[in-house]
Order: sequence, then C-alpha cells, then structure tokens
Amino acid sequence: MALLEIEALQTHFRTPDGINRAVDGVSFHVNAGETLAIVGESGCGKSVTAMSILRLIPEPPGKIAGAIRFNGRNLLEASDKEMRAIRGNEISMIFQEPMTSLNPVLTVGRQIGETLRLHQGLSAQAAEDRAVEMLNLVGIPEAKRRVREYPHQLSGGMRQRVMIAIALACNPKLLIADEPTTALDVTIQAQILDLMRDLKHRVGAAIVLITHDLGVVAEVAERVVVMYAGKKVEEAPVHALFNSPRHPYTQGLLGSVPKLGSSLTGEATRLAEIPGLVPSLKQKIPGCVFASRCPHATELCTAVAPALEEKALGHVAACHYALREGALAA
Amino acid sequence: MSTAPLLQVNDLKKHFPIHGGFFGGVTAKVYAVDGISFDIAKGETLSLVGESGCGKSTVGKALLRLFPLTDGQVILDGTRIDDMPGGTLRPLRRRMQVVFQDPFSSLNPRMRVRDILAEPIRNFGLSKSSADLEARLSALMDKVRLPRDAVNRWPHEFSGGQRQRIGIARALAGEPDLIICDEAVSALDVSVKAQIVNLLQDLQAELGLAMLFISHDLAIVEHMTHRVAVMYLGKIVEVAPRRSLFGAPKHPYTEALLSAVPQPTPGIQRQRIILKGDVPSPINPPKGCRFHTRCPYAFDRCRTEEPALRPVADALGEGHVAACHLHDRPAADNPLAGAKGAALLAVG
Repeated sequence: MALLEIEALQTHFRTPDGINRAVDGVSFHVNAGETLAIVGESGCGKSVTAMSILRLIPEPPGKIAGAIRFNGRNLLEASDKEMRAIRGNEISMIFQEPMTSLNPVLTVGRQIGETLRLHQGLSAQAAEDRAVEMLNLVGIPEAKRRVREYPHQLSGGMRQRVMIAIALACNPKLLIADEPTTALDVTIQAQILDLMRDLKHRVGAAIVLITHDLGVVAEVAERVVVMYAGKKVEEAPVHALFNSPRHPYTQGLLGSVPKLGSSLTGEATRLAEIPGLVPSLKQKIPGCVFASRCPHATELCTAVAPALEEKALGHVAACHYALREGALAA
Repeated sequence: MSTAPLLQVNDLKKHFPIHGGFFGGVTAKVYAVDGISFDIAKGETLSLVGESGCGKSTVGKALLRLFPLTDGQVILDGTRIDDMPGGTLRPLRRRMQVVFQDPFSSLNPRMRVRDILAEPIRNFGLSKSSADLEARLSALMDKVRLPRDAVNRWPHEFSGGQRQRIGIARALAGEPDLIICDEAVSALDVSVKAQIVNLLQDLQAELGLAMLFISHDLAIVEHMTHRVAVMYLGKIVEVAPRRSLFGAPKHPYTEALLSAVPQPTPGIQRQRIILKGDVPSPINPPKGCRFHTRCPYAFDRCRTEEPALRPVADALGEGHVAACHLHDRPAADNPLAGAKGAALLAVG
C-alpha cells in the first residue's frame, strides 16, 4: 500500500466572480521513502495541492473534495484535533520563504522544540537538547550557540536549514517541500539539495517536492507529476519524463529551458516558446486544458477532454495524440 | 576590439553609509561595489552574474546614475557621465535605458500603456507631431509583439509576460544604444521566460542594441550573452567570452557556481563542488582575496594579498581575465589550468 494516496482531489475556491478550480481532479500516490516531484508553472495548482494534503486551506472560501489517504486513513474525514496530531508529526512541511515562515520573536531552539514538546511530550530541557542535535544534523555549525539565536541572526540558507530541522524533528513519514530552494542562491541551493538527499537516506522519509525548476526535479526526484491549469497532465519516472516526454506541455516546458553548456555543444540558439497564456481557472474548459496553446491541437482536443492513459510502463499522459510508445504523432 | 567601446567603466565604487548611534553618524559602510572595470561594445551583450548581495544590481543603478557614485569613471561613447551635472546628463539618459525585474511594480498602475510609452518620447522631445507620436507607439507595440490597440489598456489588464513586454517597449521608446536588464526575466514563469529571452535576442539583432544583462540564472546567461563578468562581494573576479567562461572557468568561484546549477538531465555524472558557508558581509569583506573564506583551493597568499584581474591562458579563446593567485603557480599545481567546463556541466 502506498504511504499517501490522493484520489480525484478537487480544491475549489469561491470568489466574487465565480468558482476558481485551483485543483481539479488530481490523483497520484507516494510510496514510503520515495521522492515525488510536482512541477508546473505559477497558478497550476501545485502549491494548493500541497496545502490540501495538510488541510491548510481555509474553508470557506476553499472547498476540498476527493480523498487523501495517508496510511489508509482519509485525512478529509479526520477531525481538527486528529489533524493537529498529524501536522508536524507524521506529515510536515517546508515552505518557500524561510524569512517569513519562522517566528521572529522566538529563538530557533524554541521553534524546533515546539513540535517535540507538543507531539512527543518532551520537557523543555530535553527539547532543547534534541534541537541542538537537529541543528547538528542539518549542518549548522556551533549548534549549541545557534539554538539560542533568533531568526534574524541567521542567513537565508541557515534559516532554510532550521526549517528543515523543524520539519524533521519528529521523524515524519512524509515531508512536503514547497519550493524549498527557490528563494536561495545557487551555491546555497546546492548545499540544501545536498542536505535533503543526504537526510532522505538517513531519515527515510518520503518527500513530495513542489517546484517549477526542472533542474531541481532532475536532480532529486524519482517520479514526477506535471500539472497544468489544475490538472495532472503527465506522470512518469524521472528518466522517462525527461527522455521521452509524452504530453505536448511537458515537451514545451523542457524545450523552453536552456541547458548549461549549450555554448560548448553548439546546440540550437533559439528557445522553444509555448505561445499564449494559461487559461482562466474560473471557466469550465470542456476539452483539453492545454488545447489553446498546443501545436498539435485538433477539433477533438477542444471538444473532448483526454483521459489519463498509460502510454508506457508507469508513464501516464492526458493527450489524445501522445503515442503509446515513441514520440508524439503529427 | 579595435573601435572605442560604447560604455567604459573604470574602477567604479559605490559605498553605502550605515547610520547609527545617538547622533546618527556614519558608523560603517557597505562596500556594495568596490572598484570594478569593464566595457561594452556597440551591439554587444555583457552579462553580470553573481549571487544576491554581490553588488550586480548596484552596478546597473550606478551606471544609470540613479544615485551618486563614490568613485570611478563611467564613459558613454567617449563622454564622461559620472560627474556630469543633472541638466547636462539628461539628454544622455535617453541612450541608456533599463528594464526592471518585477513587471508588476515597475509600471505605474494609474497610467495607460499609451502614457507609459509616450512619456519618454515626450520627455526627450523625439516626436514632432501627434501623428508621429501615434506612429511611434504603434511601432513600439509591433516591436514587442503586442497588439497595437492594447495601448489604450491599463497595466493590470496584462499578464506578467505581457507587462514585461511593455517594460521593454518603454525602454526602447527613447531609441537607446544600451539597455540594462536588471534580472529582467527572473520573475517570469519558464515558458514566458523563453518568450521574453527570444524577444530580447530578436530586438538586439534588429536594432543593434548593446545590453548589460544582470542575472543570477547562468543557463539563460549562457544562452544569450557574448561575454560574461562574474561578481563576488563587490568585485569582478572573472571576465571572459561566453565559450571560454563556460568551457574553461579560471576562477574557483565561477567553477563552483557552474557546478552548483541543477541541470535538467536526470542521472548525469558531473563534478560537484559544494561551497561551504555563506557569502561574508559586504560591510566587513575579508582581507586578501574576498573569496578565500569559501575557496576550496585557498593557500597562504590568498589570505593576505588581494589578487588583481589579469589575463590568463585559455585554449578556448582570447580575452579571458581572472583574479586568482593560482595562475601564478605552475600548471601542475593549478587546478584551474585546463578546460574543465565540460566535466562540471556534464556535456559531451
């Protein structure tokens, strides 16, 4: 059984000018100890999906439907009290902004210790000792001193390490990382990705990594879900996705990212563009959500929404024309 | 380059005072840009890369004279503009325009696109009649591939990518020779980023613009630049033509930067250099080479003596300069002697 199973997840928001279908029927699963990446551009619903798993969406205006099964138990049916026992304990989250997601008036030690005292009933002293251990684990030097410091005394990279320490303090089974390195510089990003890879082996938590950076996906993920306009359009093991993308949106995304070293290999000098814009999530789109921007779209695409089909082993895509084996027709 | 460069920068410095204490006196200085020199030829793209806080945006703003310089010379097409009084400088400002990072805050929400674009045309007295102004507006919209009738709309009616096109059109309105793009594509989504990068390249080819492309995104930089200057803590540590910089980096910082960028190719084997620690504060930069606190190759000399930028041998091309003591050592003791780029980037 998968650790996390998401079935037909729908997260809609009521707004003054209609219903915003931020996530519209997304299903996927995460196995224990696995790293799954969810990629897509802003507004595709990837962050809302993550927030929905922990039920961090304010209801109303939000409304979550479908099923989110964690260890076989549907989180959408859990009471608020039960959810509080899960958050930060069995499932924890790292947010993008290390600046704003730490409390500026509490020491780093208090913030790491909070989850431990709450979930494991540790005493203040034991929690601080464990906080020092956690800071050591995430590679912060002089952990004994740092544990008594406030977030403003730390650099951006250090703050993100503290966030990771908080998230891992209770040995969660699932870690949701929402753009964990986007706000960081490249050399610091490399440190944090390295740390996450290393910790994954040591702690053994499954990771759901949410990002728009295909480079980060290629480096850390095992399986990838591609989202577009609130829908899952493709899912595949990481090698299959990068080597033979089936959905035209994924193909477009991969073509629009320049590869480092292009000047050495003398590859094409023009980036592929995906013309047009993401459609509004407030209208119901009868056909394929990508049809308005797709170079291969036909009448069938604008009329009938394609179902997710298995195109190769473990490789599903929602496209009428994506071939079962090999590249796109047309 | 045989002809005089369009823009020449000599030993540019910008220090920001920090006020503190009871009487608000200057207690320290931020050495944001601390003596850098470079030039840009007509029609050339020079990229300025580095991590946050290295001073790359300060360079852009200093060139535009958005604040007074601490020291140094800025020469635009043979005329010194760094100490020029505001009134004399004004007509020259037309020749250097800027595109900012955030397309949401860089357009006035209370001005129609028409007024945003007409403002520089009027300010610099470029149009003779209202018919001429209209023609110029239409031409600008064509250049940035937006529909002509969109000039009557407001900024909030556009998406991020379209707004960035308006920002580019505004920069082009004054018919500049040089455009400074300060992280102009960083805030955009992947697919939109590609559209804007292509547009900038087309415009450069069409209009023969020179560009100073300030960015932290090395893959985009490599894609569109002619030459690259790498900054670290207020100093330029390396300048080279594109192929030389990416193929044979000659400064340890550049080497680490290249190896740190995640590549969109799963499972590749590449040489990884993970730098320890954080960038030191520009208020109190390290003595000697500013990079020595994080450099994997640092030796005694680096801690005491600051290396100067000077030409280094490079089989891939001419015009490669770097500031590193390693190049005084025999090749056998110099880990940066060869062309390691391919191993760092894992390309064939």
